[in-house]
Amino acid sequence: MSNFFTEFPEMPKATYRGMKKAIDAGYKDFAREWGDTIDAIFNPLLKLLVFFEDLLIATPWPIFMIVLMALTYWGSRSIKLCVSTFLAFVFIGYFQMWEETMSTIAIILTSVIMAVVIGLPTGIAMSRSDRTEKIVTPILDVMQTMPPFVYLIPIVMLMGIGKIPGLISVVIYAIPPLIRLTNLGIREVDQEALEAADAFGATKRQKLFEVQLPLALPTIFAGINQTIMMALAMVIIASMIGVKGLGQPVLQSIYNQYFTKGVLYGLAIVIVAIVFDRVSQSYGKRIQKHRSGKLI
Amino acid sequence: MPEAKIKIKNLYKIFGKNPTSAMEHVKNGVGKDELLEKHNHVLGLKDINLDIEEKSIQVVMGLSGSGKSTLIRHINRLIEPTDGSVTIDGAEVLKMNEEELRNFRRSKTAMVFQRFALLPHKTVLQNTIFGLHIQNINEEEAKKKALRWIERVGLSGYEDKYPQHLSGGMQQRVGLARALTNDGDILLMDEAFSALDPLIRKDMQDILLELQDELHKTVVFITHDLDEALKIGDRIAILKDGIMDQEGIPAEILLNPQTKYVKDFVEDVNRARVIKAKHIMDKLNGQDISKAMPVNQDEFIDRFIDKVISEKPEDLVIQDKDKNNVGFLSTKKLSEILKR
Repeated sequence: MSNFFTEFPEMPKATYRGMKKAIDAGYKDFAREWGDTIDAIFNPLLKLLVFFEDLLIATPWPIFMIVLMALTYWGSRSIKLCVSTFLAFVFIGYFQMWEETMSTIAIILTSVIMAVVIGLPTGIAMSRSDRTEKIVTPILDVMQTMPPFVYLIPIVMLMGIGKIPGLISVVIYAIPPLIRLTNLGIREVDQEALEAADAFGATKRQKLFEVQLPLALPTIFAGINQTIMMALAMVIIASMIGVKGLGQPVLQSIYNQYFTKGVLYGLAIVIVAIVFDRVSQSYGKRIQKHRSGKLI
Repeated sequence: MPEAKIKIKNLYKIFGKNPTSAMEHVKNGVGKDELLEKHNHVLGLKDINLDIEEKSIQVVMGLSGSGKSTLIRHINRLIEPTDGSVTIDGAEVLKMNEEELRNFRRSKTAMVFQRFALLPHKTVLQNTIFGLHIQNINEEEAKKKALRWIERVGLSGYEDKYPQHLSGGMQQRVGLARALTNDGDILLMDEAFSALDPLIRKDMQDILLELQDELHKTVVFITHDLDEALKIGDRIAILKDGIMDQEGIPAEILLNPQTKYVKDFVEDVNRARVIKAKHIMDKLNGQDISKAMPVNQDEFIDRFIDKVISEKPEDLVIQDKDKNNVGFLSTKKLSEILKR
C-alpha cells in the first residue's frame, strides 16, 4: 500500500516498450510507403526555393545592393535606413559571408511566402467561425511550445535531410503568429464598419475584401513581421538537418569552438533580422498612415 | 389615407439564449427588469406597432437602452426580430432570403450611423461611392453621382481626403452623402447627429430638412434629444424600455403627454417654438371673427405672439397660405396652452 503513495503507478515497462516500438514501426512503414509521394508533392516548393537561391547567389553584388536599397526605400521612405542597410551588407560581404546570407534570404523568402499562402486563409477561416478557432488554437499552441527539435524527428524520418524538410520545419515554427494575428485582426474590425457594409448590401466576400482585410492589415502585417523573425531564428536550427545558409557555419563553430567565426556569422544573422524587421515594420506603418490622422 | 410605406406590426425582440421561451413571459406581462433578473433575457422591443408614411420624417425617441436603435435595425433587418412583421411597400422584409434582402438593402434603404462608420482606408469619394461600388455599377457613372452629393453636402475639394483628416461634422456629411448616393427611398438615421457639437448638429439638421424638401424620402430618424425630434419630426414615437409610450405629431405629444415618462420629457420644452397655430386652433363654428387677428396656420406661436401682445386682439383667425379662414383660436386658450 505504501508503495502506491511513494511511486507513481506507471505503465508496465514491457507495455511501454511495446507501444514505442509499435508507433515507431508504424510511422517508419508510413514513411517508406509515402515518402516519395510526399517528396513529389513538395517538389514545386523545392524548385521555388532553389530558384530564389540561384537567383540571389548569381546576382552580382552591386545589382543586389541597388535592388535592396530600392526595396528598403520603397518600404520605409527613409534614407537613414537605406544607409544603415547598405553598411550592414557591406559588413556581411567584406567578412566573406555573402553566399550564406543569400541562401538564408532565399529560404526566408520561400518560407514566408508559404506561411502567408497557408496562414492567411487559415486565419480568415478562424475569424469566421468560433468552432474553427477552438480547434485551431490548441494546434497553434502545440506548434509554438513544442521544441523544434522534436518535430524535426518525424520530418527527417519522412523526408530525410535536405532543403524541403528544413523549409517545412521553418514554416511550422514561424506560421502561428501570422495565423493568430490574422484571426485577431479580423475579429477586431470595428463592428460599425461591418454593420455599415451590411446595411449597404455587401456580400460576405465583399465584406472580407472591402472591409475586414483592409482594416485588419496592420495587425496582419505585424503577424508577417513576427513570422519573418521566427523564420530567421528557426533557419539556424534547421541547419542541423541540412539547410544551407548562415546556420551551418554557426553549427560548425559550436562543434569546433571557432569563437570568431561563430560571432561573425551570428552578427550576420542579427543584421539580416534587423534589416528585415525595420523595413517590414516601417512599411507596415506607412500603409496605415492615413488612419493616424496625420496628413500624408 | 394612403398605405403606409413602412408597416411595423407586433414586433418583439428579446436578446438572450432562448428568446422564444422568454416570449411567453413577456406576453404574460413580465417587464424588462424582471425578465432580466429572473429569466436572464433582455427585452429589446415589446409589441411595437408603427406605420410610417411615405415621404415623411418619423422620429423615434427614447433614452439609451430604450430600444430605439434596435427598432431601426429591424427595418433593414440588421437585427432579426423574435416575433412580428415589418413590411415595406407591401413586401415582408422578414421573409426575404439572403439575396432578396441584399437587393432590398441595396435598392431601397440607406443608413447613416451614429459614429459615422466610414471606412478609414477609403477616401471621401471612395466612401461615398461604396454603396454603388459593391453593386458593381459603372465606375464613371457612380463617381458622377457621388460627386454630386459630395458637393451637395458641402464637401467639394475634400474628395481625396481620408475620413481621419475630417472633423466629426464633416465625417457625418460623408456618411450622409454615402447614404444619398445609394438613392434608396428610405433613409435610416441612427442617432446620426448625436455625436456632433451642438452648432454642427444644428447645421446638419438644417441640411437634412433642406434636402428633404427636395428629395421627399421616407426618413426614420433616431434620437435621444427632444429638441431635435421636435425640429425635424413630422411624427414622433417615444420608446421606453422597449415599449412604445406614445406616437403622434409633435404638438400632440407636447400638449397631451400620455404617460409620466413622456410628460417628464416634454416638461421643459419651450412650446411656443414648436407648436404651430394649426395644432391648437378650434374648428370654425360661427364664432365672431370680425375683430380677430389673422394668423397663418403654419406659424409657430413664438412668431405671432409678439403681435398678439401688442395688438391685444380678443381672438385669432387662422388662415391657410391662400388667406382662407380655416380655424379659430381664442387668446384665452392660447395663454392657457403657453402656461400649462
